[in-house]
Order: sequence, then C-alpha cells, then structure tokens
Amino acid sequence: MSAFPLGDLSFLLAIPVVGALALMLVPRRQTQALFFLALIAGLADFVWSLIILSQFDGSKGEMQLVERMPWMPNYGIQYIVGIDGISLFLVLLTTFLMPLAILASWSVKDRVKEYLFFMLLLETGMLGAFVALDLFLFYVFWEVMLVPMYFLVGVWGGPRRIYAALKFVIYTMAGSLLMLVAIIYLATRHAQLTQVLTFDLLQIYDLRLPFNEQSWLFFAFALSFAIKVPVFPFHTWLPDAHVEAPTAGSVILAGILLKLGTYGFLRFAIPLFPDAALAAAPFFIVLAVIGIIYGAVVAMMQADIKKLVAYSSVSHLGFVMLGLFALNMQSVQGGIYQMLNHGLSTGALFLLVGMIYDRRHTRLIEDFGGLWKPLPIFSSVFMVVMFSSIGLPGLNGFVGEFLILVGAFAVTPGWTAAAATGVILGAIYMLWMYRRVIFGPLAHPENQKVQDLNGREISLLVPILALIVWMGVYPQPFLDRMKPSVDRTLKKVFSIQPATVAAKREAGAKDDGR
Amino acid sequence: MTDANLVPLLPAAQVWLTALVVMLLDLFLNEQEKGFLAWISLLGLALCAGETMILWGSQDTAFRSAIVLDNFALFFTQLFIGVAALTILSSIHYIKETKIHEGEFYALVLFATGGMILMAAANDLIVFFLALETMSIAVYVLTGMWRASSRSSEAAMKYFLMGAFATGFLLYGIALMYGATGSTNLNQISAYLLEPASDWPVYLVGGAFLVLIGFAFKAGAVPFHFWIPDVYEGAPTPVTGLMAVAVKAAAFAAWARILMHKLAPFDSDWASALWVLCILTMTVGNLLAITQSSVKRMLAYSSIAHAGYLLIALVVGEEWGGLPLLFYLLAYACMTAGAFAVVTSLSENNRTHEDYSDFAGLGFKRPFLGMAMSLFMLSLAGFPPLAGFTGKFYIFRSAVLSGHTPLAIIGVLNSLLSVVYYLRVIVSMYMEEGGAGAKSWGQSPYLYIAIALAVVGTVYLGIVPAKALEWSRISFFSID
Repeated sequence: MSAFPLGDLSFLLAIPVVGALALMLVPRRQTQALFFLALIAGLADFVWSLIILSQFDGSKGEMQLVERMPWMPNYGIQYIVGIDGISLFLVLLTTFLMPLAILASWSVKDRVKEYLFFMLLLETGMLGAFVALDLFLFYVFWEVMLVPMYFLVGVWGGPRRIYAALKFVIYTMAGSLLMLVAIIYLATRHAQLTQVLTFDLLQIYDLRLPFNEQSWLFFAFALSFAIKVPVFPFHTWLPDAHVEAPTAGSVILAGILLKLGTYGFLRFAIPLFPDAALAAAPFFIVLAVIGIIYGAVVAMMQADIKKLVAYSSVSHLGFVMLGLFALNMQSVQGGIYQMLNHGLSTGALFLLVGMIYDRRHTRLIEDFGGLWKPLPIFSSVFMVVMFSSIGLPGLNGFVGEFLILVGAFAVTPGWTAAAATGVILGAIYMLWMYRRVIFGPLAHPENQKVQDLNGREISLLVPILALIVWMGVYPQPFLDRMKPSVDRTLKKVFSIQPATVAAKREAGAKDDGR
Repeated sequence: MTDANLVPLLPAAQVWLTALVVMLLDLFLNEQEKGFLAWISLLGLALCAGETMILWGSQDTAFRSAIVLDNFALFFTQLFIGVAALTILSSIHYIKETKIHEGEFYALVLFATGGMILMAAANDLIVFFLALETMSIAVYVLTGMWRASSRSSEAAMKYFLMGAFATGFLLYGIALMYGATGSTNLNQISAYLLEPASDWPVYLVGGAFLVLIGFAFKAGAVPFHFWIPDVYEGAPTPVTGLMAVAVKAAAFAAWARILMHKLAPFDSDWASALWVLCILTMTVGNLLAITQSSVKRMLAYSSIAHAGYLLIALVVGEEWGGLPLLFYLLAYACMTAGAFAVVTSLSENNRTHEDYSDFAGLGFKRPFLGMAMSLFMLSLAGFPPLAGFTGKFYIFRSAVLSGHTPLAIIGVLNSLLSVVYYLRVIVSMYMEEGGAGAKSWGQSPYLYIAIALAVVGTVYLGIVPAKALEWSRISFFSID
C-alpha cells in the first residue's frame, strides 16, 4: 500500500530521523518550537505504527511487512526488516511511550535542541532493533542505541551522571561485542554448511549446529541480552543509570531499552540455539527467581523512590525471564505481556517520581508524607499505577504475572512457588512506600504548598492509565495477535531436526574442501 | 636491454615535481604571498589524483619490475594524496601561527608523500628502502620544524635516532636475504622461496626476521613502539596527523605487498611472532591510552592500538586479510586525520591545547567541532554505523573465517577497553564545563573544510561501504 519509496517499516524508522534533522533547522532559542516539532515527530510515528497495526494480520505467525534491500551484497549483509506478533507490540509500546517522554521533558531547560535530537535518534535505534531481521543490521541498531542514551544520561543526568553513563555503555558493550563475534561465527558456519553467505535471520534459523558450538554461541548472545535485561548478577549498572538519568531517560530505559534484552532472548538466543537454550533454561529460571526476590528485597530497603522503582524493575524483569525460559505457550505469552505491562507501569512510576522531583527537588521517601491532601490527583494516579505494578486483578500487571506463574508452574513448581513470593514482596515494598509518601501526617511544611498536577502532566498520564485498565480487563486482542508468533518460536525450539540431515550437510560441506 | 617505461613512476614524480615547484616559487614570493604555495601543492596533488584515475586498472612495471603499477599502488596513492591534502588544509592557519617556514613545510609534505607512493609501488627491496628513506627523512624534518618548541626538536631527534636504528635492522635483513637468494627483486626472491626442496639457509630466515622487525618499528607495533608517544606529542599537530595516518598506512602498504604477499612462504616462521606482536600491540596500546591526560598522546597510543587491529589482518594472511586491511586503513585514515585536525583547531597563538581539560565544554560552544570529534571518537571506538565499526567488522570477520576466532575475541575485548578513553573525550566535550582558550577556538575555514571532509568519509564508509569494499578487494588482488 505504501505510497512512498520506503516500505511501511522503513518509514516508521525514518520519521524520527527526519524529525531530528528538522530540529537542526530550528533556532536554538525557540525551545517551544523545538518541543512541538519533536512531539509532532513522535506522534506521527505513533500514528504510523497504528497504521502498521491495522495492516498486521494477527492470524499469521510469520514475519509480515518484510522489506529487503541489499546493503553489502558481496558479504551477505542485507537490510531486512519485518514484524511479527512478538515485535508488533514492543514497537507500539516504543512509539506510544516516546511522545509521552518528550511531553514529560518540558521541564528540561538547557540544550533542548540536542536533548530532543538524541531522543528522536534513540527512538529510531530502538525501533530498528525491534524490527531488524538481519543479524548485522540488528547489531548496528543495538549499538546505535547506546550513543544517544549515553548522551542523555551523561549530559542531562543527575550529579553522578558521568560515572553512570560510562558504566552503562561499558557494561552493555562488554556483552554485545562478544555477540558480534558470535554473529560473525554463526554466519561463517552457515556459509560453510549451506554454501549461502548471509546474515538473514530467517535463513539462519534453519541452521542447527552441534550442541557444543551452540552453547558457546548461546553464551555470547545470552550474556549480551542478560546484561541488558538485566538478569541478576549483571544488574548493577541499572540502578546507577536509572537514578542519574533525566526523567524521560529513565522512562525510556525502563520502558523500552530493557525490553530489548528480553526480546533478544526470544527472537535470537532461544530460537537460534534451541538445544543450548533448553539446556540452559533451568539455570536461567534460577537466576530469574533470584532476581525477582533479590530485586524486591533490595527495593524494600531503598530510601530514594527512584532507586526503589529501579530495583523493582529488576524484580519485574525476573518475572519476564521466568516466563520466557519456562518455554510454554502461556508463560511466553505472559512474558511478552509482562514486558508491555512493565513498560507502562514502570514508565508511569518514573514519570510520577519525576513530577514530584520537579516540585520538591528531592526523591527521598522521608522528605514526603501526607501528600494526599495537597496533591489529590497525583495521589490517585500514583495509586492506580502502583496497583498495576503490584499486579492487582483488573489491571494489566495481574494478567501478565498470572500467565507467567501458571505457565511456569507446569514446568518447575518449586521455583515458581518461590517466584510467587516475589508478588507478595512487591506488594509489600510498593504499599509501604506509598503509605510513607502519600499518607501519614504532613510532617514537612514545604510540602503544603506543592502544586498538584497541571494539564500537561495529566494529559500524558491519562493515556497510560487508560491502557493499564484496558490491558487488565480485556487482554484477548493482545494475546491473540501474539499467539501464532509465539507458537512458531516454540515450534522452532522443540522441533528436532533429524541428526542425519545435519550430518549429511557436514559431510557435503567437507567434500567441497572448505 | 633498456627499460625506459616511466609510467609507473608518474604519480610519485608528479608529487615530487610539485614539491620542487613549491621550493622554487618560495624564493620569489614575499611573506604575505606565501599562502599561495598551499594552493600550488593542492593543485599538484589534484593532478596526481587525476593521473591515478586515468591509470586505474593498468598493470605495468618499470626498471625490470623494480617498480610496479597496479591497482594496489594506485589505491594507496589515492589514500596518501587524500591524507596529504587534509594535512595541507589543516596546516594553512597552523603554520602561520607557529611561524614555520611555509615553503619548506609544503615541499617536505610533498616529498614525504612521494616517498609513500613509491613505497606502495616498490617491488624491489632496494627501491623500497629508498622510498622509505625519502619519506622518513622528510618526516624527521617536518617533526622538528616548529623550532620555537623544544618538544618539537626533541621529538625530531628521537624520531631520527629510532628511525635510523630501525633502518639498520631493515638494511641488515635485506642484505642477508640478498645473500641467500641472489637478488633484491621480490619476484625473484619469491620464486626462490617457492622452489621446492630447497633448504633455506639459516641466515635467510634470520634476514626475514630482521626485515619483520624493521617493519614493526615503522608500523609502531609493540614492543617497537617506544618512540611513538613522544614523537607524536612533540611534532606539530598536522604533522602528527600525517604520521599517524599516512606514514603508518605506507608501512602497512609495504607490509601487505612485501611480507604478506611476496614473502608469504615465511608465514609459518613468522606466524607465532606475528601473533604475539598483534596481541601485545592491541593490548598495550589500549591500556596505556587509558592512562593519558593529553588527548594528543592518547591518540598516539590509540594509533598503536589500531596498528594492532591491522596486525590481525596480517596474521590472518592474504587470502582473507587483504581486503579488510585495505578497507580498515581507509576508515582509519578518515577518522584519525579528522581527530588530529580537531586537535589542531584548538591550538592558538603559539600555544597548544591538547589536554582533556582543554576540550571541556567544546561540544556546546563549538557544535560543529564537538559533533565532528564525537563522530571520530565513536568511530575509533567502533560504534556502528561509522567507518571504524565497518572496518573492525571485516577485520574480525577475516579472523573468524580463517579460524583465528580467539584473535577476534581478543580484538573485541580490546575494543571494549578503547571505549573507556574515547568516550572520555566526549565526556570532556559535553559533560564538563570550562576549558582553556575557549575564546578563540578554531578560526581557519580551511581547517573546517578538512574536518568536514573527514566527517563525510567517516560516515560514508560506515553507512554505504559496499563500493569501498569492492575497491579494496580489487586493489589488493591486483598484486601480481
């Protein structure tokens, strides 16, 4: 249908870049114009993603809207983008949160132009990583994302921003560089075994390497994704980056960037190396459960609200990982659903923390108390978001956690039971924090004069609240569209290729003397 | 038999001729008019570039195949011309401020460039040696041309002594090889080496190792790198750019043609030595670069580290390593020349501003310089979609393809180390305030043109590398 020389998905990637370039033409002093321009670019991308949603055929599990263009044809590198039921909603989440993040940045005062420029570049980077179907292209987007995030944290962040930004980049690159070697190795092996030199993910899916090679490659991919998620022992960059990032940075970091890790497992690490993934699944389930409980316990102890939310992310993403590695239909669907939930509820929590910080310039729980009286709207929104994060039935968080726990229980009842305590711990730290911040006496007189949310802030929270309720009450349209793609992915994992075929290929390749 | 075919000599002769014209004109121009010489030099380089385009695709030899003309030589000729042009553009303002004599400066840059061109075309060890010395002596003088600076003189002295020492190794190695094979012509040496069942005398292998050491000196591989930081730091910044890019590229060009291709039978003897050289060069270069407080010195160590990445391609051997080597040099030339041009732009009134603290706040005060430097740093660190990433990708790919996966892993871990110090420049530029000499940063429009050209190259090679890759492949495999 596309009337443009670019395909639909390429257009989706191009809109933010065009917006970023247009920003260059606006004079630096006209901050309002800059904000509006960036907002328009963000909204236009969101509208375009809705058009993509309308074209998406939810009954099919394969990649849709696929575009292919040669990039470095002699080396098997192509520009391939496509979307399926797994990436569809993550793309929508990205385009949905981005305009909100821009709207939430209105309090940024200095260097607005560069700020918005990096925000829009970041959007393209993330969207690109979600839709790339060529391993090389994926890697490019995966790394491209780091740069704008580095600037956003490093320039507009809190007092320890430089340390946090560098830590974020180094951690992420440590994983991803090994993944680069693994990508090269994988493509090389594919070329040796099938005589086709390509980085095309869909073709490489059909390759089934021996277990030994699979485990090394899986390790390299999994390390990269595990750092991004972050899975338990690799999580230390996350509180630093979250706390130091500007509000919109935290929203994007928690809302979208972390999802790239879990998405990476589901799209790359698990289906590319199914045998290794199956072997490693118990290990990852244990790490996920440790993450759930550890994140919750540490969150409970935090004095800083933003840090508390950051650690709660570790816990929530533990649930996602549990869902993915339980590897059955319900748990994986629940995992994807929980990715969306976490994007919405944690994104909203960071927005709320940012709003209160703009007013009081503190985030310490002890500096608040009794806010329900001066800030009734804030308090009620906060309550809904908090219940969504806890997983109260009727809101979105419940659906995801429930599906994950039901699915995982069939696989590993003991660890699932342990994970379920994370739900309780989650309720404890959230409710406790809420009580100390919102209820109780108004101990600090300076909180008396704080203004409640203004129109701009309400208008950016309302869409999130609406989605939180909708996804809690009526999840079926989401789950229906995911199902065929999840089914396909799981089939890839559990289909056993006859060993003879692999052996024959190996022998055939040797005859060619390569 | 007379062999009067001079066509293969044309590009180098063109550049040298321009140098002579510049020197002659220098006598007749008064102080104010000397800026004109820069344009004469650029014109000469442009003519040479035109010649290389006309000659592209030809296979020719001169002086009993002591000098060859092939796409490989032309590829490097174009690279050297490009870097020399960038050097001249970024020096126009700089040498006026530092009161370096203009006539001699441009002439020496051209003499050095001619030497490099001949190095890439040399098919005889003696011709190679002559070309190397033509280049080196010109660069020794260029290093010390900023006479008001004691660091510059010290650097020139150091460079000269170390260079002479390295030349000694090289010449001794050449002599031993000549003794064993009876020729200095690489075709004949190569034929001798390929003869079956001939037992190589010990001194032939010894000679080969001495030649290898000589090359390692010139390329700045660890443990033969000690001269690099001081020399790079002391030399006038545009000259440092020329050294870090063109001189290094010339060393690798000769390395590719002579050691990688013609002397390939020695591969099995060299293999483990090259392996050690390669890993040491990457790791030591990166580790020491982290500890520097001067950006110029950091770039010196970073050039050592990049020599290490290039050595991966040499370890891999000519079948897989040739193309990545050439492409990487192209990418490296754009980003490093650009980075040194930015450092040049910070100097003012005879003072240098080379420390990280001098870069503080540059990003927002001079958005263009900041953006350009960020791109160069990100590219050097290997972030896609910039030239440095594509270059590294093909280097690591060649390592994996040839079964050297551990080398690729060591390479990527080194890239990770390098992120630390490259990003520190960005930290200074965008995340810190202050900075010395903030008032008069970068005024020369020519310098800006040089930086802009380097930016275009860095981005172009990163996003649409297909053409340049093809170009590199054709060039490398044109070696006879």
